[in-house]
Amino acid sequence: MNFPIISSLILLPTIGALFIFFTRPSSKKYQSSKYVALFISLANFLLSLYLWYIFDKSNVDFQFVENREWLSGFINYKVGIDGISILFILLTTFIVPICIISVNATVTNKLKNFLIAILLMETMMIGVFCSLDLVVFYLFFEAGLIPMFLIIGIWGGERRVYSAFKFFLYTLLGSVLMLIAIISIYWITGTTDVVKLYEIGIDPKYQKLLWLAFFSSFAVKTPMWPVHTWLPDAHVEAPTAGSVLLAAILLKMAGYGFIRFSLGLFPIASEYFIPLIYFLSLIAIIYTSLVALMQEDMKKLIAYSSVAHMGFVTLGIFTMTQQGIEGSIIQMISHGLVSAALFLSVGVLYERMHTRMINKYSGLVLIMPKYAIVLMVFTLGSIGLPGTSGFVGEFLILMGAFKKNFLVATIASLGVILGAAYMLWLYKRVIFGNLINEDLKKLIDLKKIEILVFSSLVFPILFFGFYPEPLINSVETSVINLIDMYNFNINNNLVLKK
Amino acid sequence: MIENLELILPEIFVSLAIMLFLIIGVYKKNSSSLVYYLSTVSLLVLFALLFNYYSLSESSLFNESYKIDKLATFMKLLTAVSGIFVMLTSSKYIQLNKIDKIEYPILILSSILGMMVMISSNDLIVFYMGLELQSLALYVLASFNRDNIFSTESGLKYFVLSALSSGLLLYGCSLIYGFAESTNFNVIINNTNSANYGLTFGIVFILVGLAFKISAVPFHMWAPDVYQGSPTSVTLFFAILPKIAALTVFIRFLYVPFANMNDQWQIIIVFLSIGSMLFGAVAAIGQRNLKRLVAYSSIGHMGYALAGLSTSTNEGIQSSIIYMTIYLIMNLAFFSCLFMLRRNESYYENIEDLSGLSKNHPILSFSLLVILFSLAGIPPLAGFFAKFYIFMAVIEESMYFLAIVGLLSTVISAFYYLRIIKVIYFDPDMDKYDTNHHFGLKFTLAITTIFILIYFIYPRGLTDLISKIIII
Repeated sequence: MNFPIISSLILLPTIGALFIFFTRPSSKKYQSSKYVALFISLANFLLSLYLWYIFDKSNVDFQFVENREWLSGFINYKVGIDGISILFILLTTFIVPICIISVNATVTNKLKNFLIAILLMETMMIGVFCSLDLVVFYLFFEAGLIPMFLIIGIWGGERRVYSAFKFFLYTLLGSVLMLIAIISIYWITGTTDVVKLYEIGIDPKYQKLLWLAFFSSFAVKTPMWPVHTWLPDAHVEAPTAGSVLLAAILLKMAGYGFIRFSLGLFPIASEYFIPLIYFLSLIAIIYTSLVALMQEDMKKLIAYSSVAHMGFVTLGIFTMTQQGIEGSIIQMISHGLVSAALFLSVGVLYERMHTRMINKYSGLVLIMPKYAIVLMVFTLGSIGLPGTSGFVGEFLILMGAFKKNFLVATIASLGVILGAAYMLWLYKRVIFGNLINEDLKKLIDLKKIEILVFSSLVFPILFFGFYPEPLINSVETSVINLIDMYNFNINNNLVLKK
Repeated sequence: MIENLELILPEIFVSLAIMLFLIIGVYKKNSSSLVYYLSTVSLLVLFALLFNYYSLSESSLFNESYKIDKLATFMKLLTAVSGIFVMLTSSKYIQLNKIDKIEYPILILSSILGMMVMISSNDLIVFYMGLELQSLALYVLASFNRDNIFSTESGLKYFVLSALSSGLLLYGCSLIYGFAESTNFNVIINNTNSANYGLTFGIVFILVGLAFKISAVPFHMWAPDVYQGSPTSVTLFFAILPKIAALTVFIRFLYVPFANMNDQWQIIIVFLSIGSMLFGAVAAIGQRNLKRLVAYSSIGHMGYALAGLSTSTNEGIQSSIIYMTIYLIMNLAFFSCLFMLRRNESYYENIEDLSGLSKNHPILSFSLLVILFSLAGIPPLAGFFAKFYIFMAVIEESMYFLAIVGLLSTVISAFYYLRIIKVIYFDPDMDKYDTNHHFGLKFTLAITTIFILIYFIYPRGLTDLISKIIII
């Protein structure tokens, strides 16, 4: 296979962005740039579906690897995928077209620049999920900050400047330590190639510090308690499409990073720090769920629920069991779909009423029955009701957790109940009840394009809820391989110590 | 000796050009724009002359007191290129500010000549001669807008403080001559040992003088005032060229005569570096004038360049040179943007003046966006790679403290760069600026911005060139 399919995936959105930048006029009425962007992102989606189709699920190694000399002598541009990354790439390429379709009403000025920013984001996100070199990974990981900073800052709400700065500086602070760790790894082992590093391993005496440096970056990005405070701000102020990208994909970069790098490169340190992760994850699950209960702003509520859901993800990853890690991956995919859908739903209301306050709404079921049905599916998906994709993820994570630590699993299960509480309460307050507000009567139900967007999200949520086989199938080999490698390293280290 | 004179052909050429232009200036009335034009051309010729020397092997002249090697040639090339771009960008500025006298380009040429002598010097006396030629020209340039009180102040301030630092430097030279029995770098190295405190004192005094020239903390006080007060075209000159020369002297001085004493000077360089990085990052936050802000940010950038020097490895020195190259490109780009903030024949230089620039000038704003993110060191722009090489070299020597401080100050300094971006993109717009800029300015901005933007595609181009410079 000589065709560089992964590089095409990475570069296609950038080419689209350049095309829009140079050729499309920036007048407000002229929408052709939107069609170009949509076309490019759909093409990318089809390309990634094709990639999924030809991807060999039984193969343990990285596939479609491309290796080019880049920084002379020591760092190569190396990309490739395994069963874990292919799912995240699919999620990215699936969410971006939806963002672009939904962009219409929320972004009124500078539509062209907005689309360019989103397409550049797509490049960076795909790059993160398939880079097989630490420096290349860092490059994509950090470069995503620039378009996101602009998306929040230019097209955001009232406190956009504060939120954009907070987002940028928090994330940058976290990741500079990772840069030091990456360079240290280069000098310790002589390479930053992930595949080679998997083979040769890193000296256990350095692992703890390196793990902490990577952790500082991923913890901010996940976000874990107590560095999660940038997320609600960023979500509330970002435009709908920005929130969707942030919740659905950006947060997953950290979860992916934990699996690929923390577990894969520093198994001994990961084992050592398991209690820390459990502790922070449980706080995230319980505490942010309680905080979510008290929110009056819909977007903020969903943002806090994201923190709680990502708490499950980190918990699942560090159970180091097959169920736990697979559950985390599925939970991330499912959360990507559900949170995107929820933010879009809030966007629909905000477009019509220009407020996100929960107490301004009630009794929407009388006026917008279709919306009520759609939101019902998403709410249940967020709760993790059997039959939605959320259930599969949470169930597997808890299964993995029970295997390892009964107490932790029990407390985490409480989080599921709290999750149901805040989501159902939100649904009850917004959808049921009487129409208290006169303005609400003027609302119109979902338009055709919105129905299209929402049904394209409802379908995978339900489909993977009933039939998660395709997801599990593609990650299974890679996850088993990862765990084997992990256990091998731990046992080796124990032998060495004796 | 005489047969080797062709090696200093570039220097001879510049000296002749200076004398010729002086004569033209005296005998021909209103020849300022002609001289300006001719000086730019002569810098181009200088660049072409120097180009051949990069492939030459190392050689020295005048009893080994003048050295032509890869380091010298590369730095001279950088000087010539930046000189050309400085002249290209500022021609309109000096006309509008009525400082287009014939002396202006001649002073620039003489200071470039001084820098070339500094860069090639392999002897304390030759080095001091070059330094003074450079500095004297710079004093006059700083106060060139003599009707402007700020310009006069900055010239005087620079003169007084610089003279003080030159004095210290000279004292250091004399100490070294006393204890090492020579002024020639190649002889000094044989007479050094770490136990000799006289030599250590000499090194410290010389380092103080050099740190003043590149405005490293704690010898940075002059920079903000001089940067702000001088005409912007001179500020651009200040921000780039003297630093190239001083950094070269730093490299040569530390790694030729005192390479054996790195246990003595390393801690000083690390201190200068940490101080500059932190101070540059923190102090720039409160600034509202863009030129003053650049002064503080350049203090910070010098800190990073020094961090590379403190490592005592070839990789460290090369990373410093790469940093310097990318730094000067970013500064050229940034100042080109400053020159574009012109409305009704006057220039604007405060952060508020950038407010809402993106609405009326999308291309200029985009360039500024790229430049500022690059200055902040965000990948995948060139500024990130500059820092990346530095930290590669620093961490190789296990100097983790320096690396962590450096990266944390990157985060702090990101704040004030972001603030400028915020003003450009998020704030309400103001009146339009003029758009009829001359070709040289547009050309410089385009070329530098494109370089910053696409450096990541082929980073080897620069590193391969610089990796030929081997000092140790």
